[in-house]
Amino acid sequence: METIKLTIDNKPVEVPAGTSVYQAAKNLGIDIPVLCYMNLHDLGIENKPAGCRICVVEVEGRRNLAPSCSTTCANGMVVKTHSTRVINARRTVMELILSDHPKDCLTCPKSGNCDLQDMAVKMGVRNIPGQAYAEMSTYKTDFSPSIIRDMDKCIMCRRCETMCNDFQTVGALSGVNRGFSAVVAPAFEQDLEKSPCTYCGQCVAVCPTGALTEVDHTPKVIRALADPTKTVLVQTAPAVRAALGEEFGLEAGTSVTGKMVAALRQIGFDYIFDTDFAADLTIMEEGTELLTRLGKHLSGDKDVKLPILTSCCPGWVGFFEHNYSDMLDVPSTAKSPQQMFGAIAKSYFAEKLGKKREELVVISVMPCLAKKYECQRDEFKVDGNPDVDFSISTRELAHLIKEFNINFNELADEDFDRPMGESTGASVIFGATGGVIEAATRTAYEIHTGKKLEKVDFHELRGMEGIRSATIDFNGLPINIGIAHGLGNARKLLDQVRAGKTNYHAIEIMACPGGCIGGGGQPLHHGDTSVLKARTKAIYSEDTNKVIRKSHENPYIIKLYEEFLGKPMSHKAHELLHTHYFDKSSKDIFI
Amino acid sequence: MSHIKVELKKEQVAKIKDICKSFNNEAGELINVLHKTQESFGYLPAEVQEVIARELNVSVAKVYGVVTFYSFFTMIPKGKHPISICTGTACYVRGAEKVLDEFKRILDVKVGETTPDGKFSLSCLRCVGACGLAPVVMVGEKVYGRVSPDGVKDIIKEYEQ
Repeated sequence: METIKLTIDNKPVEVPAGTSVYQAAKNLGIDIPVLCYMNLHDLGIENKPAGCRICVVEVEGRRNLAPSCSTTCANGMVVKTHSTRVINARRTVMELILSDHPKDCLTCPKSGNCDLQDMAVKMGVRNIPGQAYAEMSTYKTDFSPSIIRDMDKCIMCRRCETMCNDFQTVGALSGVNRGFSAVVAPAFEQDLEKSPCTYCGQCVAVCPTGALTEVDHTPKVIRALADPTKTVLVQTAPAVRAALGEEFGLEAGTSVTGKMVAALRQIGFDYIFDTDFAADLTIMEEGTELLTRLGKHLSGDKDVKLPILTSCCPGWVGFFEHNYSDMLDVPSTAKSPQQMFGAIAKSYFAEKLGKKREELVVISVMPCLAKKYECQRDEFKVDGNPDVDFSISTRELAHLIKEFNINFNELADEDFDRPMGESTGASVIFGATGGVIEAATRTAYEIHTGKKLEKVDFHELRGMEGIRSATIDFNGLPINIGIAHGLGNARKLLDQVRAGKTNYHAIEIMACPGGCIGGGGQPLHHGDTSVLKARTKAIYSEDTNKVIRKSHENPYIIKLYEEFLGKPMSHKAHELLHTHYFDKSSKDIFI
Repeated sequence: MSHIKVELKKEQVAKIKDICKSFNNEAGELINVLHKTQESFGYLPAEVQEVIARELNVSVAKVYGVVTFYSFFTMIPKGKHPISICTGTACYVRGAEKVLDEFKRILDVKVGETTPDGKFSLSCLRCVGACGLAPVVMVGEKVYGRVSPDGVKDIIKEYEQ
């Protein structure tokens, strides 16, 4: 490969042809400030619209300053990244961006976690010349069930657009209008609710300002806890424990399960339960459904559709309801673990407590923003009372812990309450891509073959590759498994299935990169996607450290079936744990 | 943005599909497709954009983004009698703005809008090469010179029957 030699800040550097000046400088340890530029190496996503002009540098012999993110290195180039001309220009650019940006940092939901704020601090901007005369561009604020769009705070970096269109292929967002009216918006500037948005939250995960944030339910949590007539239950998703520590300065990949439980107990929840319990339940239902469908298919029943697709991920469910409405009978009918938990909590557990469902408040802590939308879907309500009252993100839980003045890092480990806090290693890996199907394989294998699984680790199902496949030997019966994470990858896989070009028996799909560990509600990675790998590692080591690693061996799950549900896919199980899907393709745009 | 709901006829949908097909349904030809479609329909309502998005396999948001970026594209149908007021330098210094204000007042529309009955639309342009007649107003192809605010109502009256 051809190499290019150039000088940056008087230091010689050699880079492969095609490298940007920004990257070459980075190789030298020079961090040129950026706002719109984003490079998520592990996911193969690069956003470089050269729109913000914060990263400008001086190139000898060139008349104007060059945006380093999108200027390619050339032989003999002499670059200065901090000449006075550069510093002056950068400051002016920053002042211009801020002149059209609200100054309500004190109460902004992004305060303390905002790239724009950090940049203003770094540049020491203390006043904005001409601000008194500057008119601000304003847009309406869009409140969806999961995401708030406060476009007054948009700086047109287009990162959200890259995630929504290129990576997720959802196509809900695009830059529209021009000049001061320019903004990122859904088609016809409709609200997100009327767009094909799946609420995956990947736009929120990369927004450098407070333009895209989650709907904050922490005030509702506090209100519920303060209500003496309510019994408040909390459930925590597998991926939360692998990332929450980051909000308290712990290294990415630190598992904080015990501390998280202790913190929730100090906050004052009546029962601290685990979504992992419901994940084990999901495996019982989904695994049984897979085996039933597989059995019928093998015996020649033409009405039975294969592959079966997982249905735990609400972003993914929204995506196929919008884009694959012709295939609504393909996904598993099993509800997601969050909703299974709610349904069991407000029936089985409410009975145990001798309480009415209305007296219980079920709160979930999720790595996900789509869960906020999922729990308020009508089919998950009984007489208007939702199975899960509301969902908060990992970030919101961190805020709560800080607000309650809990010294998180000093907490001694505590354990979940019983019965709905007991879980297996199979359930915790739901948090990583490939985990759900691995958990299902562990159970389906043993049920189908009647043999004990010698080795429960299926390394062939793990990894960060966008689309993966593996064939698992079910005692002579080869089972073909497909896995995709990221909705763009899911689309590629689903298009093949739709065209009849695949022979998969089962497919797992997660909307977010890396699975739930990379969810839209997780601590912000600020462009460093290596944290996703660290979280994945934490998830798999939790699994390894569990005594029970197969869902069907969870003693409280066995008890739940004995006492209440009968057997998997029973009438009662169907009523409480299964759902149906809706065609949303025609509803997409309109007006 | 307000929308007038448009029910597309079968032939109209077929026409749009034909236009897309003549550009091999290539996403990269979006701007050309929009040009041709606007030539044929006069404007680009939301429903037309949806058909184009589906045919070219791009998101509707993207199509809308392009339509709103280029000022040539419009989502509002032009009136039966499009009125253009020249706001070039010569017309401007001779009082074009007052003339424009009078059109806005009488028709009760803003620049770029069309009256609810679809009769008149109002727009501005820069110089029709008749600076000696400033300020100049065009209605359709017809040019009016030395227009004063008082003369506006007479111009409108000509087209009201």
